Amino acid sequence: MEIDRDLLLLMLRRMWMIRNFELKVMEVHSAGEFSGAAHPYIGEEAVAVGACAALEDTDYITGNHRSHGHPIAKGGRVDKAMAELYGRVDGYCKGKGGSMHLADYSIGILGESGILGSSVPVAVGAALAAHIRGDKFVSMAFFGDGASNQGALHESMNLASIWKLPVIFLCENNQYAVTTSYAETVAVDHVSDRASAYNMPGMLVDGQDVIAMYEATAAAVARARAGEGPTLIEGLTYRFEEHSLGLGRVARGAYRDEAEIAEWRKRDPLDILEKTLTSQGIATREECDAINAETVAEVERATDFARNSPFPEPKALFEDMWANPIPQP
Amino acid sequence: MAQTVFLEAINQAIQEEMRRDESVYILGEDIRRAIYGATADLLSEFGEKRVLDTPLSEEGFFGAAIGSSLVGMRPVVETLTSFMWVAMDQLVSQAAKMRYMFGGQATLPVVFRASMFYGGGAAAHHSDRSYPMFMNMPGIKIIVPSNPADMKGLLKTAIRDDDPTIVFEDGTLFGMRGEVPDNSELPGEELLVPFGEARIFREGTDCTIVAIGGSVNHAIAAADQLAAEGISVEVVDPRTLVPLDKKSILESVEKTGRLVIADPAHKVCSAASEIASIVSEEGFWSLQAPIQKVASEQVHIPYAPALEKLVYPDTPKIIAAVKRTLES
Repeated sequence: MEIDRDLLLLMLRRMWMIRNFELKVMEVHSAGEFSGAAHPYIGEEAVAVGACAALEDTDYITGNHRSHGHPIAKGGRVDKAMAELYGRVDGYCKGKGGSMHLADYSIGILGESGILGSSVPVAVGAALAAHIRGDKFVSMAFFGDGASNQGALHESMNLASIWKLPVIFLCENNQYAVTTSYAETVAVDHVSDRASAYNMPGMLVDGQDVIAMYEATAAAVARARAGEGPTLIEGLTYRFEEHSLGLGRVARGAYRDEAEIAEWRKRDPLDILEKTLTSQGIATREECDAINAETVAEVERATDFARNSPFPEPKALFEDMWANPIPQP
Repeated sequence: MAQTVFLEAINQAIQEEMRRDESVYILGEDIRRAIYGATADLLSEFGEKRVLDTPLSEEGFFGAAIGSSLVGMRPVVETLTSFMWVAMDQLVSQAAKMRYMFGGQATLPVVFRASMFYGGGAAAHHSDRSYPMFMNMPGIKIIVPSNPADMKGLLKTAIRDDDPTIVFEDGTLFGMRGEVPDNSELPGEELLVPFGEARIFREGTDCTIVAIGGSVNHAIAAADQLAAEGISVEVVDPRTLVPLDKKSILESVEKTGRLVIADPAHKVCSAASEIASIVSEEGFWSLQAPIQKVASEQVHIPYAPALEKLVYPDTPKIIAAVKRTLES
């Protein structure tokens, strides 16, 4: 598949944006600038960026607790995301959602979910709307290897298949549900094998290779838009950091050995893409470095934006409960 | 005014709203063949895309309804209260929380119609009356109609409301006949009952009975029997529990000085408990006697009719409770 240079550079930019956003989050979180959970997406950037590059703004996504990569990959704003982590009024959710509940309804980001598997039926519902109305948009549910064991996922795949809904089930298999290994908890060799039970294509993709992720997803999106139904894509990847910020202090006993982590770090998705771009003459080293530097600067501006945004006023506590408000009991 | 059966009132509400608005659709188990009657003839009029029979996958299709509501559809989900347990995550983590959690970005005009099949030997797995548990969870509007006209008018309002709503449809009322006005008799030519407005079925001066769902008819019967004994009872049906018309309840208690609450749900942390709490806090100086709750006993629903009938509020229990308030 021939991929447009602009799209390749956009993917590189979004991957650097996620990487630099997460590095900044780790820095300011450990400095105590905000509290609460945050789950770094470092190492997995190619999965969300490749998948979302195959979508339009009018398509929908839902996600999970490891929640910063999906919205940035879909074209979301890092300043509003960072302000949300800081619990400020200019955050995506006015400070009410925090790290695990980023959403941007203006570009189809229906929301990240802290309950795993829970947002998958929601994505199926968006696709059901397209099916009923005859619209051409698609929806995509991001979930992990851990959530691939949730009943919600299996009910969703069955529903999507019987109704031929335009939905892509996008499994980010980073191989560990917190500390429990995928190999010990999933009954098949690959999550993508589960597609056969629901009569849909299952694709196992190198999740460190953004181009492979894009190509697989583009094929699934084309199938969905053509009314041929859902696809399950498994991006095999690895989480370079701990499950969540601060967990290293409380997790008892290593669950991943250092050699395994080091081996996967050799397959950094940014290195892989940049090598492809430079070796094929699509972009120079300097161009790649400039994109990295621009995202560093944008993340710095986003952090300043977040720090300078006000905290919510007490009256905000009672706002946003209802679309058609009722008296507070 | 036409005499209409409760189930027909549900059917009329759905049919009228589906005719009015193409984004309204209905999904659930066995609805095309309308095994409960509420969805009769919808398939032939509105077609397969808007009348969806689902697999037995409550978590999946509740979530799909929720997701479709986020992008402009107005789903009506048909289910039983007892089947909601397997979809609780979707109701709580998604439907109830999304709007607030996402800072007001999400709008969820989704209606869950949940039948309460109690009182008919269905035993513990099919007889739940679970609205108090949802009252405890912010984010879902709750309606419990007690007669065909309110059933129709509240369901139509629910479908037009932009927030998630659960309609608790009391199975003991499914065959109830009642007057439902013809649309031609109504201003605007349709029946819409607003949320948060109680209905006073009997006016009285000695004791207030606040009754919910299927208990309302028992309360009216109690009021009529007590009237023959010279006791004047006011019967108040809140009709919606979220929002709750506490003003009408407090005004009635201010007038009568006594309160009995009849509630088919289990009595611990029930709707009755909440109403008693409100009156204790805000209407205490009106009270001339302790508040009496007549709610279901705190046991599971037994199969044997000889036992099941002991569980729920009924007319004799309500009469006894009213008389207790008059002893002091």
